[in-house]
Amino acid sequence: MNRFAELLDRLAYEPSRNAKLRLLTDYFRTTPDPDRGYALAALTGALSFKHAKPALIRTLIAGRTDPVLFGLSYDYVGDLSETVALMWPAPRAHGEPGHNRPPPPSLSDIVETLHRTGKTQLPAQLAEWLDELDEAGRWALLKLITGAMRIGVSARLAKTAIAALGDRQPNDVEHIWHGLTPPYLDLFAWVEGRAEAPQSENPAPFRPPMLSHALEEVDFASISPDEFAAEWKWDGIRVQASAGYDSGGRYLARLYSRTGEDISAAFPDLLDAMREDNFGEAAVDGELLILIDGRVQPFGVLQQRLNRKSVSAKLVGEFPAHIRVYDLLAESGEDLRPLHFEQRRKRLEAFMARNGNPRFDLSPLVPFADRDALAAARRDPAGAGAGADAEAVEGVMLKRLDSIYVPGRPKGPWFKWKRDPYAVDAVLMYAQRGHGKRSSFYSDFTFGVWRGEELVPVGKAYFGFTDAELIELDKFVRNHTVNRFGPVREVTHEKDQGLVLEIAFEGLNRSTRHKSGVAMRFPRIARIRWDKGPRDADRLETLEALIGAAR
Amino acid sequence: MAARDLLTNTPAGLYCPEGDFHVDPVRAVPRALITHGHSDHARAGHGAVLATRETLAIMALRYGPQFAKVEQVARYGEPQTIGGVKVTFRPAGHVLGSAQILVEREGCRIVVSGDYKRERDPTCAPFEPVRCDIFITEATFALPVFRHPPAAREIERLLQSRALFPERAHMVGAYGLGKAQRVMGLLREAGYDRPIYMHGAVEKITGYYLREGIPLGEVRKVTAADRGKLAGEIVICPPSSLNDLWSRKFPDPVNAFASGWMRIKARARQRGVELPLVISDHADWDDLCATILETQCREVWVTHGQEDALVHWAQSAGLRARPLHLAGYGDEEEAATPGEESPEAAP
Repeated sequence: MNRFAELLDRLAYEPSRNAKLRLLTDYFRTTPDPDRGYALAALTGALSFKHAKPALIRTLIAGRTDPVLFGLSYDYVGDLSETVALMWPAPRAHGEPGHNRPPPPSLSDIVETLHRTGKTQLPAQLAEWLDELDEAGRWALLKLITGAMRIGVSARLAKTAIAALGDRQPNDVEHIWHGLTPPYLDLFAWVEGRAEAPQSENPAPFRPPMLSHALEEVDFASISPDEFAAEWKWDGIRVQASAGYDSGGRYLARLYSRTGEDISAAFPDLLDAMREDNFGEAAVDGELLILIDGRVQPFGVLQQRLNRKSVSAKLVGEFPAHIRVYDLLAESGEDLRPLHFEQRRKRLEAFMARNGNPRFDLSPLVPFADRDALAAARRDPAGAGAGADAEAVEGVMLKRLDSIYVPGRPKGPWFKWKRDPYAVDAVLMYAQRGHGKRSSFYSDFTFGVWRGEELVPVGKAYFGFTDAELIELDKFVRNHTVNRFGPVREVTHEKDQGLVLEIAFEGLNRSTRHKSGVAMRFPRIARIRWDKGPRDADRLETLEALIGAAR
Repeated sequence: MAARDLLTNTPAGLYCPEGDFHVDPVRAVPRALITHGHSDHARAGHGAVLATRETLAIMALRYGPQFAKVEQVARYGEPQTIGGVKVTFRPAGHVLGSAQILVEREGCRIVVSGDYKRERDPTCAPFEPVRCDIFITEATFALPVFRHPPAAREIERLLQSRALFPERAHMVGAYGLGKAQRVMGLLREAGYDRPIYMHGAVEKITGYYLREGIPLGEVRKVTAADRGKLAGEIVICPPSSLNDLWSRKFPDPVNAFASGWMRIKARARQRGVELPLVISDHADWDDLCATILETQCREVWVTHGQEDALVHWAQSAGLRARPLHLAGYGDEEEAATPGEESPEAAP
């Protein structure tokens, strides 16, 4: 466990991707089986322990420490595992001379014991390990069992490190990945050249998606209809639908998120729509949307279907899922990614014409004569062919006609040009400490606008500011607190005293959950208006007018 | 008299009506008693300032010789009487010249501890527990997640990293008054005998420590021409310099940061620190609790930091305790730019 803990600790502090890769490769090269395989499983999110839940960890720490002090510490640190690892009282025996403690457990000991241990024995087992391990070990153990690593290592990076062990490409690993299980003895044997590739080819593999860069002023000059195609940028979730035959000839379909997570179980309606006779052996790249009566629903509606392990028939009926397809990655065993966008698009159009399933439709191209026409289309999608779905358009995508499909985010071939955000001036009302990167600073801000003579909260934002601005905001909160409600601080917000924040956001919905009756989409702090007083902030009527304009 | 009347909380800071003086006031006042030279405690523009000789010298270095109209020297352990109130400065172990101030009248004893630590420090006099009725304590690291490891162990990690990466320069971010010199002193105690390099912002105070006879060995200011050549060397700089252009000119710099905050991973990551060194000039949780008990006080007032947790602990231990909610402290370490005045001195 110590080596794994040390790896996690170093990864957590290492900012450079290449250095992370080196740390990972070194670890995999010098750590024996099966420890390294379990480490890989932990890093790729392939381990889950059904009885080890955050609630259990809370119970354990509650038995050892003062609950108020734990609450304050957790609020400050912003990470359950780290708080417990730091606070866990070391057992007396540690310091006693002559007391020989057992060596700390290995990663494999822990993983295998966790799989064997029942719910009732688990608390005592965990407490024993926490006593045996040091701080770094405790932290690694708790990260491991709760499955929330958050150390800046994606599954993709871990697989890239595995590929680097031998002379393999990350996509070679990706290709066989879904048929493998921890501790991956066959995978290591293969990359180290000791065995053939594992014969567990995934019939419906995930292909890492190609991503775009935001269009900048300098790029804009290079955009012309001779070299680029434009599409609408849909306000949904990027997904990949993939299907094929396994070695037994059985047809298998899967749906993946942008990061390669298998989300099939949450979308049985889409899986049912992927059949041998219409979808066949293929992989498409597209946007997951909810369509009701042929109209794309706002993102808020789509959220009803997201982040679920499974889904009820009622929810499927109420919010039918749909994929608006914009790329074809593979068809009948042929990898189309080396083809140019233009060629793939032709294949895609033919594929969609044959498909005929109403759950899938083709994302149209947006014809444009020149840059001005493109800018006009972005400004007014309804007038440029998006019709009734214009509300679900959040900008345009630009793809070079000769771009091959490359995993990752290459600079140049694809751009996204999002529509301008909305902006209002609002007054800071409440603040709370953040989690993760922002932990221990007051970094979650609730802000409001005027309704008559009172301020009503209209949203919360926890990013958009620079690190330097965060320090200023945190200081402002601490020096202008007028009330405390548990972890929440109320900050001065009078007509002539308080802080005005310029809030940028992507859209507005009606909301029954907020007192103000409106909810912002993707709000963030665009600027701190030290120059403005709260009386100069916007009024609720301004926001209500925006909702009207958007409809 | 009631102890509570001896010192009261005012917008300018703690005030003693009987003696007509403030302690570490955050705005200009006629008469100030200053615990130590950090900018959030020692501000310019007061009428008369009573502080240790070292603190007065540090204030003069930072603000110029005219930082106050009248300077008065306080010696550790020697009581003085101000308007019928007896005040005595005692070592606080925080930085060179740092003091706790014992305020007494008619048998009532209040100790204003300022910032303090209990761990040994080669650059300043050690903290002395003072028996009192009311102990006024800081709470910078008053959460049970803060347990500082021995500083020598952290210095050992720095030296190990240097041995591992001899081709890289090790940049150690450290607050300019106290921490920078303590890291230098600790390196010498660990047997490190190469010259230690420092950023220009650290030079003035370090020079003062050297003149005071603190053994820091050979310390060199980094020149622009040096920067590219300092592979394998240790460079002490203000934390704010870690991420600026200045530090990028060194050979493949390793970012280290010596601070109690480095115990929290997110804090280290927020600053892009690769080698977090948990070295603090403040008492950790265990030391705060132990110190309160050692003073045998009946009541604890908590100034700045994590007041809630310490007040809760003290009350659980059967003591009366309350937070003072003083604004304006802790800024120097938060902003981490030594010698810079904090922009906001108002409550």
